[in-house]
Amino acid sequence: MQNILSIFKKEFKAYFLSPIAYIFITVFLIVTTFLFFQGFFIVNQADMRAYFGLLPWIFLFFVPAITMRSWAEEKKMKTLELLLTWPVKDFEVVIGKFLASLGLLIVVLLLSLTIPVSIAIIGHPDAGQIVGQYIGAVLMGAAYLAIGLWVSSLTENQIVAFILGVVFTFVLFIMGHPFVTMVLPSALVPLFTYLGLSGHFDSIGRGVIDSRDIIYYLSVIGFFLFLNVCSISSRKWE
Amino acid sequence: MSPTNSTVMLEVKDLNKKFGEVHAVKNLSFEVKKGEILGFLGPNGAGKTTTMRIITCYIPASSGTIKVSGMDTVENDLEVRKKIGYLPESTPLYNDMLVKDYLQFVGEIRGMRGRALSSRIDEMFHVCGLTKMATRPIGNLSKGFRQRVGLAQAMLNDPQLLILDEPTSGLDPNQIIEIRQLIKNMGKEKTVIYCSHILSEVSATCNHIIIINQGSIVASGTADELTAKMNKENRYVLRLKADKSAVESKLKALEGVARVQVTQSAEWTDAVVVAQDNQDIGEKIYKCVFENGWSLAELKRESASLEDVFTQLTRGQ
Repeated sequence: MQNILSIFKKEFKAYFLSPIAYIFITVFLIVTTFLFFQGFFIVNQADMRAYFGLLPWIFLFFVPAITMRSWAEEKKMKTLELLLTWPVKDFEVVIGKFLASLGLLIVVLLLSLTIPVSIAIIGHPDAGQIVGQYIGAVLMGAAYLAIGLWVSSLTENQIVAFILGVVFTFVLFIMGHPFVTMVLPSALVPLFTYLGLSGHFDSIGRGVIDSRDIIYYLSVIGFFLFLNVCSISSRKWE
Repeated sequence: MSPTNSTVMLEVKDLNKKFGEVHAVKNLSFEVKKGEILGFLGPNGAGKTTTMRIITCYIPASSGTIKVSGMDTVENDLEVRKKIGYLPESTPLYNDMLVKDYLQFVGEIRGMRGRALSSRIDEMFHVCGLTKMATRPIGNLSKGFRQRVGLAQAMLNDPQLLILDEPTSGLDPNQIIEIRQLIKNMGKEKTVIYCSHILSEVSATCNHIIIINQGSIVASGTADELTAKMNKENRYVLRLKADKSAVESKLKALEGVARVQVTQSAEWTDAVVVAQDNQDIGEKIYKCVFENGWSLAELKRESASLEDVFTQLTRGQ
């Protein structure tokens, strides 16, 4: 537990030691706020459905940018070799890194709270709905992060980690989309719909938190963190 | 508990490591006692780094056992890691971090806390001469200071076994001397394994030397023992002012001389005298020179250096 905390602190700080966190936060807030308010006054409704409709697509490019460095850099700089000879277990490092990236994501989402605050000033949004949407966004973001971290552990090149991260999350995102499922044999449709990231965000986007969706996201996170531990431990395999 | 110096700190038995088809380490066995500095010598690609990675629990061995102060590196993985300080080749460090933050992080990971940690960090700053660099980002440091941060990191938890993989590569001669001194000081109480392909390094710092090539040990002993092994013959080199033929005949007549080779240049006569059966004939040669009234510019015994031993043992077979 102490080790996870140490890794978390170091990794979280590291985001702010390099320009990554600042660029990420600024660009993310500008892009999302601009895109949201562009349509907001036309629709003229005091809710954030349009915002959370955008978020899966924005995350697609922003989340792999957070995680691309995590392992790839350690591998390239060979710091991983030293890190893994210290008295820590592989999974502790994986979880520490995951929590640190989640920390950054939560910071960004907290900073985006200016939007609901602005809406509350000019209208009467449903607070419960917005809270639900934010919780959903954290869950979905965490799933993206877990995927991005795993991909980063497969390469020592950050660019490769970024692009593969986008591709993997996109595939998982698009899987359950009607676009894909309509060409599938009907027996596979429920499976793909369940596995796809997008379907689970639709209800969350409306502010409805279903335990099935939570379980889904938690299992995606768990699965990819597990793969991550495997890929770090694979140095020990013959 | 008096004979602590004889306790075995590291015991490597029949170590093997295969990477697919490549047999990187073959049946390696050796022991390092407490308070010993072991020089681990070999050309690039001989299996030094692989062996170190196995000892530090980074990768497992294909077969064989390693015990660090009696504990198996596989069964007591985490316990063993706590006893080891490791500085890998090329000194990997987090360039974004400040020196003191980095050591703080390493200390926490190594299970040190609070005041014990901060006083230990201060001590390391002092020992490694890093005090002025404490608040600099590691990425801005010169190579010599990076190396010191690496050493500080390795020594932070007061490890019983310190493993240094080419700790002086890329340093200038002054820095090399400083780092060497640091290591020597540590070797008084700790056990140190010092990997290198630079021979003068190893012979200057280590009590015991192991030379490996292509994954197996080809020689082991102190620097003197290793060179003695290679000394098949005693050679004496002389530089004189005298007549060539006189030198040749007089020296050949000496007792215990096997061969004499004389060459003459404009100013000097150079002679190489090889002794029979490794006899020490230096004194006799000098007497001969003295009795004949030759003026002598140079007389020295040539013996195989560690370099000779090394090249002889590891030249591409």
